[in-house]
Parts: sequence; C-alpha cells; structure tokens
Amino acid sequence: MNEISRDIAATAAAPFAGTQDAAAAPSLARKLAEVLTASRVGTIGAAILLAWCLLALLAPWIAPYPPNGIDASLMAYPWPTWRNWLGVDHLGRDILSRLIWGARTVLTVAPAAVIGAAVLGTLLGLLSGYRGGWIDALIMRVGDVLLAFPKIILYLIIIARFGPSAANIIAVITFTQAPIIARIVRAVTLDVKNRDYVAAARMRGESTLSILLREILPNVRGPLIVDFFLRLGYTVIAIGVLGFLGVGLPPPDPDWGSMVKEAYGMIFVWPHMTIIPAAAISSLVIGFNFLAQGLREAEIDG
Amino acid sequence: MARYIARQLFNMAITLFVVSLLVFMLNEMTPGDVARKILGPYALQDQVDKLTREMGLDRPVIVRYLEYMGRALTGDLGHSLVYRQPVADVLWDRLGNTLVLAGLSFLVIVPFSILFGVLAGMRERSGLDRSVSVFSSVCASIPEFAMGVFLLAIFVVWLGVLPGTSPLTNSGGWPIWSQFVLPVAVVTLYDAGYLISMIRQSMVEVMRQPFIRTAMLKGMSFREVVTRHAMRNALIAPFTVILLQLNYLVSGLVVVETVFAYPGFGRLMLEAALAKDIAVVEAGTLVAVSVTMLTQLFGDLGYMRLDPRIRV
Repeated sequence: MNEISRDIAATAAAPFAGTQDAAAAPSLARKLAEVLTASRVGTIGAAILLAWCLLALLAPWIAPYPPNGIDASLMAYPWPTWRNWLGVDHLGRDILSRLIWGARTVLTVAPAAVIGAAVLGTLLGLLSGYRGGWIDALIMRVGDVLLAFPKIILYLIIIARFGPSAANIIAVITFTQAPIIARIVRAVTLDVKNRDYVAAARMRGESTLSILLREILPNVRGPLIVDFFLRLGYTVIAIGVLGFLGVGLPPPDPDWGSMVKEAYGMIFVWPHMTIIPAAAISSLVIGFNFLAQGLREAEIDG
Repeated sequence: MARYIARQLFNMAITLFVVSLLVFMLNEMTPGDVARKILGPYALQDQVDKLTREMGLDRPVIVRYLEYMGRALTGDLGHSLVYRQPVADVLWDRLGNTLVLAGLSFLVIVPFSILFGVLAGMRERSGLDRSVSVFSSVCASIPEFAMGVFLLAIFVVWLGVLPGTSPLTNSGGWPIWSQFVLPVAVVTLYDAGYLISMIRQSMVEVMRQPFIRTAMLKGMSFREVVTRHAMRNALIAPFTVILLQLNYLVSGLVVVETVFAYPGFGRLMLEAALAKDIAVVEAGTLVAVSVTMLTQLFGDLGYMRLDPRIRV
C-alpha cells in the first residue's frame, strides 16, 4: 500500500520539481508579490492574514480591555454595544480583546508547530531519499506507524497523558505532521538525486550534507511552500478542535477554540459568544487556504 | 495478488502490534498508575501498593502487555472504569452508532463531491469552476465545530426547525431521523470541500489529455465527452482518497459527535481520554487503527482493479 501512496505523492510533486531549477527560482518575496497581483483569491487570503497578524502584533496597544478582565456588571446586557464592540462573554470579559489576544496565541503556536514539522520532515525526507537502504526503511516504517493513528485520537491520548500546554501541542503536531512532509521531500529527492548536477557536486567532492542542502533542498521549496500554508490552516483547525474538546491551552488565557467551548452551552441565550470566536477561527483558516490556492495557481502559470 | 494481500496483512499486523504496545506503555508504564486511578486520589499509598500486587501490575510491562493482547484476541477487552462494565459492551455499541452516522454521511458526500468536482473541472477557470473552487475552499476551511455552531445558530436557535442535540432517543420530542440532519450536514460540508478540490484537479488534468480533444474533434457532444470519457478516468486517482474518507468518518467524527451530543465512538474516546479510562482508550485505539489500515488495504485493492496499469 505504501509504494502506491508514495507514487501518488511523487506524481503530485513532480510538476513542481521540474520547473524549480535552483538557479532560476525567483525569490520568495517576488513570488509573493506576483501571487498577490495575479490571483484574486490569493489577494483576499493575504489580506485576511495580514489583518490578523497586525492585530496579533499590536495586541497590547489596540485591545480595548485586558483579555482576562472580568466585569460582572456588564452581564446585565452582554450584547455588542458601543462600549464593547463584540459584546462580552459569560464572565463579562470583552470578546474583542480576547479575540485579539487569542490571535497572538494561535499565530505563535501554529507556525511554531508547522515550522518544527517542516524542518524535521525535510531533514528526514532528504536523508531517507538520498541514502536509501535501511535508513530509508526505518524512517518510512516509523512514519507509517504514526500515520496509522487516527490524528485526533492520537492528540487526545498524548495530551490527556502529558497535560495540555502550548509546548505539548506544538510537540504533538510537529511529530504527527513530520512524516507527511518527509514523504513529499523524499519523493522529490528520489526524483532529482540522479541528475547530472548532483553527480557533479559529488564529483567535486562535496560533503553529503552540502549536497543535500545546496543541490537537492532547493527543488523541494516549490511543493513545500504551498504545503506549508495549507498545513498552517490545518494546524489552526487542529488547535481550535483541541480547545473545543477541552484539551487546548489552559485557561484563563484566551484561546479561540476554548472560547467556543465555554460559551457553547449558552448558544440559545447569547449566540454571539459562540459565533464570534467560531467565525474568527474560520476566517484565519480561510486566509491560509486562499493564500495557498493563490500560490498554487501562480506556480502552475509561472 | 494473494501474495500482495498476505504481505500487506503481515505489515498491518506488525503496525498494529507496535501501535498497541506504544499505547499500552504510554498508559501503564508506571505501575501504581492503574491502581491509583481505580482507588482515587485519597487512597493511602499501601492500599495502592496492595491492589497493584493483587492485580499483578508490578510485573514487567511487556509481560502484562502480552497477557492483555492474549485476552484481547479472545474478545475480552478489559473493564471500563467509568462505565463499570466490560469495554466490549460499550465499545461495539458506540462503534455501531458511529458507523450509522459515517455511512449516511458517506452516501451524501460521495455523489455531492463527484457532481461538483466534475462540474468545476470540466471547464477549467470558467465562472462555475471559480465559484465551486471558492465554495469548496471555504467549506474545507471552516472547522467542524464552527460549522456546527453556525448551522445550529441558523436552524435551531433562529428558525427552530431542527433539534440541536442528537442523543438518538425520542426524549426531546424530535423523531430520530431529524437528529441526523445537522450532523450529516456538518460532516458533508467539511469533508466534501476537500474531496471536491481533489476530484476537480483530477478532472482538469484529464480534460487536457489528447484523447479528449480527439473525442471533441470527431464531433462528440461535450456532455458525452464528459460523461463517457472524462469522468471515468478522472475518478481513478481520487478513488483512494474517497475511500480514505471512511477512516476520517470513523475516528474523525469526535468533534461532530461532541457538538451534537451524539453517542458515538469518537465521543467515547474523548471521554475515556479525559477520564483516563485506560481500558477503553487502549481498546478504542486498536479498533481505530485496524479500521484505518483495513480501509487503506481496500483502497489499494480497488485502485488496482480500476487502473489496469498498476500491477503489484
């Protein structure tokens, strides 16, 4: 079964591998600029992300109230007002401020987890594809075992065992996503490792590490960049789900998924307390996925 | 073929062994943990030690694991601490409920995504393609619990036409069938978003092939080209992905089940993990991993039947 699924991964990655020559690859900044002008979907995605990033960065200055400040007197009328633009939650905390501070959390935890997975997965994939043999077999087998676990159940078991914290969530996501990235990278590596320029580098006497990082790694960039943003979106969902299931970041600090969970029982009375954080998570994921879609379109056109 | 299946089954057995050993060790590595959980936080240490000895928990973890697996193979999955009854009784019941929900959703998801995927992919970058792509991308971006909240707010809180919980009993006054509408809708929208884009992509690639142009040039109507030539080829590649959705449907429903209080397998696992109901967690993981691997095997076999170019 694995041979076949790997072949699928290889064919999926192949169109990128051919076009991405190490020397001709445009810089990331230029490509981003191209995407933003070429694809409307990509522009919308980037705009949403930029807005959330700005809110998260400027949280201490623009959040109107402290995120954990409880004001029970506001509970008399918790709906959106001129004082609290998005209303207050069931403890009288300002929802807008909690959203802004929550953006900070999710925009730290998700990228940390995905970057961790990308680095680990890339190294394993390069090693696995380039070396082959028992190293390859071992890395792929361990990955198979991890992938055989249904994701959410694996998260639940590990986080219930070791306790919910940002570090544990990052670690769990890193280790479960790395095998998938390793497969993508491995497929590209297998594809290019017998090319002439790799042979030339070997002939020049360059070290394995230098060949992996300077000759092979640039080929991986194309498929990985699109994958990176899709994975960020997926990770935001995963963090939200963990919060909603009650194993997210520990209270009282604002976490979007936990905000939905806490107010969920009151949806019949005060629906805005649940709907607003749910919409915030959705909009962030939409931002990531739209940007990924725009990047992919630009990749096909360019 | 038979050798291929045998090899895969052997691989599966090994993976299952490693997975179950890992989960077992994760939960029962430290002796005393289990006894402590049974007796509660206020039990004295020597009571815990005594129970640990009585239950044989002070023996090496590998011995206890082999014993556990021996019993599991005969159908004895241990005893649930939370439900105070054999794990097997709770587990199969809940798994049955989840399979009903998963089956219903699967029956809706597949035609729904094939329809939209083909419609979008047959004319690349047409207005229809753009709209379907944006729609599916938005659907796949909204987490299940958020989608559940939105649908609940509209159909339950605002319009009041559907029940907000799905306990599968008649107590709320809602007929059972109506309790399936919202869970199936949430699962369909979330999952179809992903499937539609897979099918669309495959359709786009097929439509670029020379044989499609040939069919057009020899005067076949567009509708016939799409239904007779393109669709058949376009559905080969997403076939495995479609089958893999079964996996998501069995173990990924935990969120939907939690949103709608549906008595399913996913929620059982969530409750067990939170309450540290070790026997349920271990047995449930075994079941979930088996389902994952079996669907993978069936996916590969079906794929080979569909595409004669692939041989093992």
